[in-house]
Amino acid sequence: MPELTQAPGVDTETTGRNLILNMGPQHPSTHGVLRLILEIDGEMVVRALPDIGYLHTGIEKSAESKFYQQVVTLTDRIDYLAPMTNNLCYVLAVEKLLGLEVPRRARWVRVLLNELTRLNSHLVWLGSHALDIGAMTVFLYCFREREELLKIFEYVSGQRMMTSYFRVGGLALEPPLGMLERIRKFLDAFPAKIDEYENLLTANAIWIGRTRGVGVISAADAVALGLTGPCLRASGMPLDLRKDNPYSSYDEFDFNIPVRTEGDVYARYLVRVEEMRESVKIARQALEGMPEGPWKAEVNGVVLPDRDRMKSEMEALIYHFKIVTEGFRVPPGEVFQAIESPRGIMGYYIVADGTAKPYRCHMRAASFANLQALPRMIEGRLIADVVAVIGSIDIILGDVDR
Amino acid sequence: MPLGIFFLISLVKVVLTLAVLLTLVAYVQLAERRIVARIQRRVGPTRVGPSGFLQPAADTFKFILKEDITPTEAHPFLYVLAPVISVVLALTALSVVPIGGTFHLFGYPIQFQVTDINVGLLFVLGVTSLGVYGIVLAGWSSNSKYSFLGSLRGGSQMVSYELALGLALIGPIMLAGSLDLRQIVNAQNHIWYIVPEFVAFCIYLTAAFAETNRIPFDLPEAEGELGAGYHTEYSSMKFAMFFLAEYVNMITVSCIATIVFLGGWHGPMFGPALLRVFLPVIWFALKVAFFLFLYIWVRGTLPRFRYDQLMGFGWKFLVPLALANIVVTGAVLSFH
Repeated sequence: MPELTQAPGVDTETTGRNLILNMGPQHPSTHGVLRLILEIDGEMVVRALPDIGYLHTGIEKSAESKFYQQVVTLTDRIDYLAPMTNNLCYVLAVEKLLGLEVPRRARWVRVLLNELTRLNSHLVWLGSHALDIGAMTVFLYCFREREELLKIFEYVSGQRMMTSYFRVGGLALEPPLGMLERIRKFLDAFPAKIDEYENLLTANAIWIGRTRGVGVISAADAVALGLTGPCLRASGMPLDLRKDNPYSSYDEFDFNIPVRTEGDVYARYLVRVEEMRESVKIARQALEGMPEGPWKAEVNGVVLPDRDRMKSEMEALIYHFKIVTEGFRVPPGEVFQAIESPRGIMGYYIVADGTAKPYRCHMRAASFANLQALPRMIEGRLIADVVAVIGSIDIILGDVDR
Repeated sequence: MPLGIFFLISLVKVVLTLAVLLTLVAYVQLAERRIVARIQRRVGPTRVGPSGFLQPAADTFKFILKEDITPTEAHPFLYVLAPVISVVLALTALSVVPIGGTFHLFGYPIQFQVTDINVGLLFVLGVTSLGVYGIVLAGWSSNSKYSFLGSLRGGSQMVSYELALGLALIGPIMLAGSLDLRQIVNAQNHIWYIVPEFVAFCIYLTAAFAETNRIPFDLPEAEGELGAGYHTEYSSMKFAMFFLAEYVNMITVSCIATIVFLGGWHGPMFGPALLRVFLPVIWFALKVAFFLFLYIWVRGTLPRFRYDQLMGFGWKFLVPLALANIVVTGAVLSFH
């Protein structure tokens, strides 16, 4: 029989008694291409070793050869379930380097779309998490609502998934007419749908049996391992950058940070479901108080000018030409911008050297850090728990590997 | 009855049963896909034939055309034997199940049953419990870790729940005083056993889900955990045979539930003589259909148990409850 490829750290000498099970990268429940090397004794996992890198895209390196405005399209592909969040984090970082002030309306639209993105991401999480544990119907219910969200994204940006809607200085296009009505219609119907999912899961004895007390991680361990987002908040640490370090006008919104203290899969489930309700709340406030005004900053040489101005002003036409062909220069410096993505703290570290392309662009990915906690959560538990725990961490392999 | 006639009647019955059963399996599967689709706000298969009516035929055809792969490291003989065991045992169990009363054709009594034996229930239990060999051998002979884990689960699960299943049936057997399926049905002339033996009915129903490896007890083939469990390595008709066995088993346990708890083919009788011959069969079919629908409905609703929870539930809850039910039934019977 061909030898199983050994990952570094797995020593066959000492593990001869146990079975080494290779889980992934092609496996229905490893959410993409995560590979786990499990040492199992019967059904019990003795040791677990995540092996990543199967979805390495080289985005960090590619970013160094693109103009600042072109990098936006790369950021969509990192965490492909939360493209707008990636867009936002990147443009905020570049705006910080440039010292750019973004109009209020653009900031609010960004918040609105970010919360819809959070809903989108959490819906996919809930659906696939439930599917892993065997509840197939929840999966299809979640995707039904996600479909409507994707249609909204398409309506707004022209793309369902790779939206690339935010630009340095504002938005790519003026928000289309009727966008707010469409979102309002969705938000009116959505809370009832959350009740529907909860109806199938929250009080379900089998669901509770499969999730409560499974994959427990203490607050101290969670902090030590760098967990962020719902995983951290489910362990009792109320860290949420939307509240603790507000960006893009989040300080103007009124919302709660759901926190649980149990630190198990069930707590992470409850936190995320509650977050969906909070996101609806934020999105609704953004709808009600959506300010009027410009949707992008008027900064010559950085932000593309309006079509109308280009047709009447020579300078506008020149600026447009120069931005598109040469990009815009960013003063030398470095910046780190962190925001709260659906999965945790997403950070962009950008070094500028005065040219039109970033010298270095590094992403602090929440999925990568959260994945570190996986062995701690599953060692000593059953194979079935592995699947439940992976689902509860909510990793996106594109985000892990970049 | 002359021997020749006996053989002729038996042959006709065997062929008819097989034909009806295989068609039924195909359409139960279609029904499952359509009903689950409806639960999940989908449409389900609609393309092949009017509203997907020919889908089973297309599926069968596809199975036949698929490449039949045997892994190089698999045990060649046992690998082929395992699906055969599963199907043969599943079909054998159904051969003693009566689906209606007796009628006379050219003066010969004919029963709606392939063969009538006086310990029918015992036979069914015995044969279905042998079915675990199919699963264990499939997992072991595939020489694949996922299959192996699936078959380990399947083996322990079926043995454990077999016990609860058998114990649940003892109550009704005590009431009827017979293991003959026909006599059990006849004994329910006045009251269906679901009423006095409701606890046993619930235990039986739960154990039957585990016995047939259906959600929430589909651990041997838990897709999210083990790929496809014990039949991961199987393809083409060999896979189809496991599939067939699973659905035939579903029909068998539904038939037994109908016979033992729902009064078999009892139901309102009316109409002309010819209708009276077939009406019991229709009642029987409706009751079986109810159970099959239940299976499908549950699949659309519940998540999956975990291995240790499953074993705990079986041994610590169902078996003691079934034993208590036997004691209570015995006590009530002796005081009457």
